[in-house]
Amino acid sequence: MSALKFILQKEFKQIFRDKGMLPIIFVMPIMQLMVLSFAATFDVKNIQLEVVDRDHSQLSQSLIEKYVASEYFNLVHFKHATDTKGTSLQEGSVNISLEIPNDFEKNIMQKTPVTLSAKVNAIDGMTAGISASYAQSIIQEFREEFVKANIGLFEQQNTPFEINFSMQNWYNATLDYKFYMVPGLLVLLVSMIGMFLTSMNIVKEKEIGTIEQLNVTPITKGEFIIGKVLPFWCIGMFVLSLGLTIAKLVFSVPMQGPIYLIFLFAMLYLFVVLGIGLFISTLADTQQQSMFIAWFFMVIFVLLSGMFTPIENMPVWAQKITLLNPFRYFIEVMRSVLLKGATWDDVKMNFFIIGIYAIVINTMSVLAYRKTNG
Amino acid sequence: MNSEKIIETTKLTKAFGSFKAVNEITFDVKKGEIFGFLGANGAGKSTAMKMLTGLLSPTSGEATVAGFDVFTQQEKIKKNIGYMSQKFSLYDDLSLLENIKFFGGIYGLSKEQLNERGTAMIERLGLSDVSHKLLKEVPLGWKQKIAFSVATLHQPKIVFLDEPTGGVDPITRRQFWEMIYEAADNGTTVFVTTHYMDEAEYCNRISMMVDGRIAGYGSPKELKADFKSDNMDEVFVKIARGENYKIQ
Repeated sequence: MSALKFILQKEFKQIFRDKGMLPIIFVMPIMQLMVLSFAATFDVKNIQLEVVDRDHSQLSQSLIEKYVASEYFNLVHFKHATDTKGTSLQEGSVNISLEIPNDFEKNIMQKTPVTLSAKVNAIDGMTAGISASYAQSIIQEFREEFVKANIGLFEQQNTPFEINFSMQNWYNATLDYKFYMVPGLLVLLVSMIGMFLTSMNIVKEKEIGTIEQLNVTPITKGEFIIGKVLPFWCIGMFVLSLGLTIAKLVFSVPMQGPIYLIFLFAMLYLFVVLGIGLFISTLADTQQQSMFIAWFFMVIFVLLSGMFTPIENMPVWAQKITLLNPFRYFIEVMRSVLLKGATWDDVKMNFFIIGIYAIVINTMSVLAYRKTNG
Repeated sequence: MNSEKIIETTKLTKAFGSFKAVNEITFDVKKGEIFGFLGANGAGKSTAMKMLTGLLSPTSGEATVAGFDVFTQQEKIKKNIGYMSQKFSLYDDLSLLENIKFFGGIYGLSKEQLNERGTAMIERLGLSDVSHKLLKEVPLGWKQKIAFSVATLHQPKIVFLDEPTGGVDPITRRQFWEMIYEAADNGTTVFVTTHYMDEAEYCNRISMMVDGRIAGYGSPKELKADFKSDNMDEVFVKIARGENYKIQ
């Protein structure tokens, strides 16, 4: 086991001497966490609104004001009835174009149904849906207020059956997407360190030829692999702690459940990503190759992790693939422990699966790593 | 030098598909000998050396190194040999002393042994002043000498040197050969490949590979006589052109 001590010493020395890598290991994850958490949001704000007012009445004016007052809409274009130019949707400067028809006020007063038409830029379907529903809810509110204010006018009217829909958001009451994204991003960062750094580190020794020098020594496979993996395991745990601290201090992500569960899970989980990195290093001969293979896995793991797209929304076959995705299990543990306050009983299945995963992937890597080639 | 055989091969072969990189080579190296392993580029020297050092599994034939079988006891062989590759392979981002201690440690030397032998070695090489410099900061010639020292620090029975003097100046080459002689005097068997024919003259015995086979085998004196040549350069050219397959 003394060889292990020497290889660990060497790895740590080399990592901390590498002036190019050091910031990548420690500063980049923090920057990514800070920047991506703000950027990767599904909140739809600043919807660019165009209004074509063909009515020019007091009522149309107050509807427009309601839009302007809302925090979701920016009125960027206002067109008069006489304006015949095409909509600004085409040129891309607005997301929604709302048209208020002639006789808007007159028809409402006469209780004739009116139709407001809205054209929505639906290239991004999700954003379009959310924007349209915001626009609709403002009209809804406007109608209700109008009815209330003019109770006399509508007294005799057979008011249509009304459904009151009240919604409550659980676990993320304010619908803060940061609470949702930060735990996912943390998993991503920790995994990147594991997969990329491990595979590149070993392949680098292949490139400069030192691996041959090591393979000709009596060092055992076990000593070599543990010596290579353990430093990055430590760095992974460090980055996770740092990331959780930032999540708490900067983003005030709630931490409802026992944090030690996350650390325990990470201890196991890191062996999975490090094992994958190790496995990649046995396949690749150059750092470019290892980067490319690692990216390939990375993209699949991220897209099928439930980080951006909820797994339940995926087609069944894709849902089945996510069962093989280690990211998925860590993201589940992160979100359920932090946001839902999950306990051991809730996440023990994830521990079990990732434990098996760690054993399988590391056995594969150890078998694939050869000191003597065929 | 005695007649005890420390490396012995019989029809050792390595095939990659239908191509035989090493084709039934049979030779032996005696304990304490400086054995030159020559051949043109692509003749199969490196492949043969990789088999003997346990980096590559042979396809067929037999061979023992330091008494261990190259098919089944590769890890035991590795404990008893030192290896220095033509592809320079110490760590650039470690200091001279750190490299020495790292590899010594891997071979299982104790802390005392490492300090003692490491310091002694640095002093003998006259590098005490720069022992804390990173390897990338020192010239190639020094690196080669350090690599050789690293390969012999654990006092192996055999040291394999794969083109150890490639790209260094004549003075450093001479100093390098002095180190080789010193190691041989201390009882270490030296197995060396080279493209410099003057270096071939320094060897006790040599073998010369052509197209995966051994085409010449014996002491430099014998070979020169056999091929009616004045120097090893001529011998090399004659053998490489296939004028006479003497042994096999």
